[in-house]
Amino acid sequence: MKILMKGNEALAEAAIRAGCHHFFGYPITPQTELAAYMSKRMPKIGGTYLQAESEIAAVNMVLGASAAGVRAMTSSSSPGVSLKGEGISYMAGSDLPALIINVQRGGPGLGGIQPSQADYWQATKATGHGDFQILVFAPSTVQEMVDLVSDAFDLADQYRMPAMILADGMLGQMMEPVSLPEEGEKAPAQKDWAASGHGGKRAHNIVNSLYLTPDKLEDLVKVRFKRYETIKQKEQRAEEYLTDDADVVVVAYGASSRVARGAVNKAREMGLKAGLVRPITLWPFPTDALNRAASHAKNLLVVEMSMGQMVDDVKLAINCQKPVHFYGRTGGMIPTPAEVLEQIKALC
Amino acid sequence: MKDLNMLFAGFGGQGVLFAGKVAAYAGLIENKEISWLPSYGPEMRGGTANCSVCISDQPIGSPLVTNPNVLVVMNLPSLDKFIDTVEPGGTVIIDSSLIDKKVERTDVNVYYVPSSSLAEENGLKGLSNMILVGKLFKAIAGSDYDFCTGDTLDQAIQKCIPARKANMLDFNRKAVNIGADA
Repeated sequence: MKILMKGNEALAEAAIRAGCHHFFGYPITPQTELAAYMSKRMPKIGGTYLQAESEIAAVNMVLGASAAGVRAMTSSSSPGVSLKGEGISYMAGSDLPALIINVQRGGPGLGGIQPSQADYWQATKATGHGDFQILVFAPSTVQEMVDLVSDAFDLADQYRMPAMILADGMLGQMMEPVSLPEEGEKAPAQKDWAASGHGGKRAHNIVNSLYLTPDKLEDLVKVRFKRYETIKQKEQRAEEYLTDDADVVVVAYGASSRVARGAVNKAREMGLKAGLVRPITLWPFPTDALNRAASHAKNLLVVEMSMGQMVDDVKLAINCQKPVHFYGRTGGMIPTPAEVLEQIKALC
Repeated sequence: MKDLNMLFAGFGGQGVLFAGKVAAYAGLIENKEISWLPSYGPEMRGGTANCSVCISDQPIGSPLVTNPNVLVVMNLPSLDKFIDTVEPGGTVIIDSSLIDKKVERTDVNVYYVPSSSLAEENGLKGLSNMILVGKLFKAIAGSDYDFCTGDTLDQAIQKCIPARKANMLDFNRKAVNIGADA
C-alpha cells in the first residue's frame, strides 16, 4: 500500500534510495523537514548528515563529496539557494554532478515563508556567475518528487553537471500518497574522473574550475555548451493535458499547474476548450510540447506564483506565433482555480 | 463520491493537523485520491493552525481548500475567518464548549459538539479533536460525500498513532465513538 508522506520527507527518502548517502544542509523554512529527515536516516545507513555553519559551507561540502565520486546533495529555500549560487557555479565549472533542492518561498530578500515560484529566473538562467546551465526539474505531486529525484541524480551523473529540483512550500509541506522505489534499485555509475584515491596506480585526477589561460577556458565552456545542445534535444519533459483541441493552452509548472489543471477541468465542464502544458523540465525548456500545443491554439496563458518569470521562455519557445498572456500571484499568495478560470473564459 | 474539500482549524496544539491526517489516511485506505496541506506559518506556535484535506475519485488539483464543504472548527478566530467560505449546503462542526457563538448562516448544516467538555468528562484530555472527527464521519455517513466505513476509520487511526504511543489507540477509539453519538 502507498504511504502518506510530506513532500520534503519524500524528497529525502527518495534521495537515499537513489544512492545518495551524503547530505549537507542548513535549516530554513519551508524546507527544514527534509534536513530533519536526513538527520534521522543517515546515521542509520552509515551515511553522512552534516548541518554546516552556513549554506555556503554546505554547498561546498557537496562539491567536495561529489569530486570524490559519491552522490551528494543539499537542500534549502530561496534565500539559502542564493547563497549556494557560488558553489553551484564552481560545480558547473568543475563538471561535477550534484543535486540541489529549492523549496521556494516568497522573495526577494528574506521575503516570506509561504509558497512561491519566484526563483524561476535564478534556477534556469542565473544560478551563479559564468557561462553555464543546470538541469532543472519541476515536480507537481509528491510522487513526482520521488520519481524526479532519482532521474535528476542519474542525468546529473550522465552529463556531469548539477541538477536542481525546483519545488515550493506547498509541495514541500503537503502530504500525498507515495510508493517508494526499493533501495539500491539502480546502482550509481562508476566515475573514472573522480578524485577518489588510487594508491599511485594511475595518474591522479584533478577536479578544478580555475583556468587562467583564456583559450583553454573557452574550449572547456564550448564543450560544455555542446553537451547542453544534446540535453536540449534529448531531455525535454512536459505533460500535455487536453491540448489536442485546446483553444486556450495554459502553461504552468509545479504547484501552480495543480491550480491550472483544476481550472482547465472546470472550463471543460462548461464546454470551453482549454488545455494544459505542464513543463516537467524547466531547463531544458520543453519547446517541442509547447509548439505542438500552440500550433492550433488561439491563446496561451502562463500561470505562475511569480510576476511572470516563465512568460519570455514560452514566447521564445513558440517564436511569438500566438499571443501569450499571463496570470500570477506572488509573495506567497496562491492563485485559486476560480481566478484562473476567469482568465481562461476571457480568452475563449 | 462527491469531492470532499475539508478544512480543520483551531489553535496550534489542539490536534487539527492530526485530525486531518486521520481523515486523509481513511481516504488512502479506500484508494481515493487525497491531499493534506497544513498551514505552516508562525501561527503554528500557539496561534491559529489549520489544514486542508481533499478526498476525491479524481486527481487533486489545488490542495489548498478555499471553499470547504466540510469545516471543523475548534476556536472562535477560525470560525470567524472561515464560516463565510463554506459552500452552501456544506457541513460545519463546532467545538461548542470553546465557541459559544452560533452560526448565522442558514444554508449550511451546523453541528454543535461540546467536544472539549466531553473529552474532559471522559478522561480523554487532548482528544477533543477526535471527538469532532467521530462526529464528522457520522455526519457524512450515507451522504454523497460518504467514502469509508467505520472499520476504515479505525484502520486510519491505527496508521496515524506511532508505535511509541500505542497506548493511545483505545482512547482515540473511545473519543471517535463519543463524537459519533454526540
